[in-house]
Amino acid sequence: MKPGTRLKSAACDSEVMVIRSGGGTIECGGAPMAEAKPTEAAPLSPDFSGGSLMGKRYVDAEGKYELLCVKAGKGSLSVDGVALVVKDAKPLPASD
Amino acid sequence: MNIALLLEMAADALPDRVGLVCEGRRWTYAELLRMARGAVELIRESKAEYVALLDESSEAAMIALFGAALAGVPYCPLNYRLADADLAALLQRIAPALVIGDEARIRRIAGDQGHTVHSRESFTAAAQAATPSADEYDSGEGVAVQLFTSGTTAAPKAAILRHANLIGYILGTVEFASADESDAALVVVPPYHIAGISALLSSCYAGRRIVLLPAFSPEAWLELVEAERVTNAFVVPTMLGRIVDALENGVSADLSSLQAVAYGGGKMPLEVIRKALTLLPDTGFTNAYGLTETSSTIALLGPDEHRAALGSADPAVQARLASVGQPLPTVEIEIRDEDGRVLPAGEEGEIFVRGDQVSGEYKERSALVEGGWFPTRDAGYRDAEGYLFLSGRADDVIVRGGENLSPGEIEDVLLTHPALADACAVAVPSIEWGEAVGVALVVREGHEAPDHDEVRELVRSRLRSSRVPERIVFLDALPYNEMGKLLRRQVKEALAR
Repeated sequence: MKPGTRLKSAACDSEVMVIRSGGGTIECGGAPMAEAKPTEAAPLSPDFSGGSLMGKRYVDAEGKYELLCVKAGKGSLSVDGVALVVKDAKPLPASD
Repeated sequence: MNIALLLEMAADALPDRVGLVCEGRRWTYAELLRMARGAVELIRESKAEYVALLDESSEAAMIALFGAALAGVPYCPLNYRLADADLAALLQRIAPALVIGDEARIRRIAGDQGHTVHSRESFTAAAQAATPSADEYDSGEGVAVQLFTSGTTAAPKAAILRHANLIGYILGTVEFASADESDAALVVVPPYHIAGISALLSSCYAGRRIVLLPAFSPEAWLELVEAERVTNAFVVPTMLGRIVDALENGVSADLSSLQAVAYGGGKMPLEVIRKALTLLPDTGFTNAYGLTETSSTIALLGPDEHRAALGSADPAVQARLASVGQPLPTVEIEIRDEDGRVLPAGEEGEIFVRGDQVSGEYKERSALVEGGWFPTRDAGYRDAEGYLFLSGRADDVIVRGGENLSPGEIEDVLLTHPALADACAVAVPSIEWGEAVGVALVVREGHEAPDHDEVRELVRSRLRSSRVPERIVFLDALPYNEMGKLLRRQVKEALAR
């Protein structure tokens, strides 16, 4: 998936922008995400219903994937069934 | 990824928050996004290949920056202080462009170059009136911003910043919508400076109200801090010096809202920052070091480190007040010698940097070397704990009989003399050594100029004899540009006379 690609959730309102990615399937709410919204919504999997937060970056443990949430939703993000986590960023003083 | 995403997200999450204030005019984030989308219509219709701004800061800068991004053409703010002939040459390099600013001047100096010209008012009004019709905006794979370097040594270079560089910088340094509704950032750097662009992007993504001050004076700056309850500000050292002077001379303003002042763009005199820390004991100061080619800040010295340095008895901690701090967590920095060897702590060499935000690219060529490293041409070193110290431009190094002398080291010693207010060391031609040290000095008000032997003895007592100045001149003031950058070439010319 090319950096900059916008993906939409099939199960909720979530939208992400790809910053970094590998060859796996990016999912939200347990369903694969795609550039276009499907005509029929996918069910929200209870295992992936923690929600996504706008402006947060989500990463995998190996640092292969990084997604920026640009629209919040009820589903949580995963890659090939493994949940992504919010990237911890040390707060920096404003420099400009 | 397109930098317009930053404004789209702000407008989506905080549509009714005031995003920009300029001379009493106010716009919400939703209005700013709508105007940027309106500007796309004008830009596409004009068939312009660039959007240029030849004007002081105003809402037009923000609309042009994001409008150009959405339309997929580079935004190129120009230095309106340049002479007509120099400006015409730059305009020729970006023709055909949609140029916003002083219409009469643009038509006079570049009327035959095929540009579409707008005044600030006509551009803003047209962007506001246009009905956004585009269903597809640029994907942001190309260049977002092109900035001409100041060209103090050669013809200006066209530095390009891609959307990915600028987004990398913002995502790495700013937390989305982290600002309170009452937060306001005072932006006074000109729009053609990288700090003027990064200020708009950072504040927009943080959801912080941007307060523009088109023309700096210390009185206007202090007044605006009070009137808009400004919480954050960025200044260049010259501006902070003048603000400190104004406060000391009794200009009063309620600065209780001012939580954070960041500074950069040139060397901060120690005396100025010490005074500022004392005059504003509740304000956090941040020294930001960065370059156009790195999308702004790559290292910073934070508020706690400033206070620690001011209050410390440990000379190493005290010295950090002159440091630009630690690299951002998202960039790597190395100090290398002329053969490319990475140097250990304490040794001076050229600063190399890499990271997503580092472009290192000019329109003509990329300056990146193997591994994606950008040679900054800045000389410096890191102390035992990794704090970065700058010692000048690598090109300013004085090469005396094969020995490299750093002007900064000589200047720091000269400035310990109580009668000297400012000092600049440059290379002067020498038959014996190729180059030798020449210094231009400014005498502090109310003091007598020290004699030449005294100046030489001071340097000899603190540094090796090769650093002792061969030529000494006294000037009324050293030449600085409007951003507080010392114009060493002019000092060189003064010493050659």
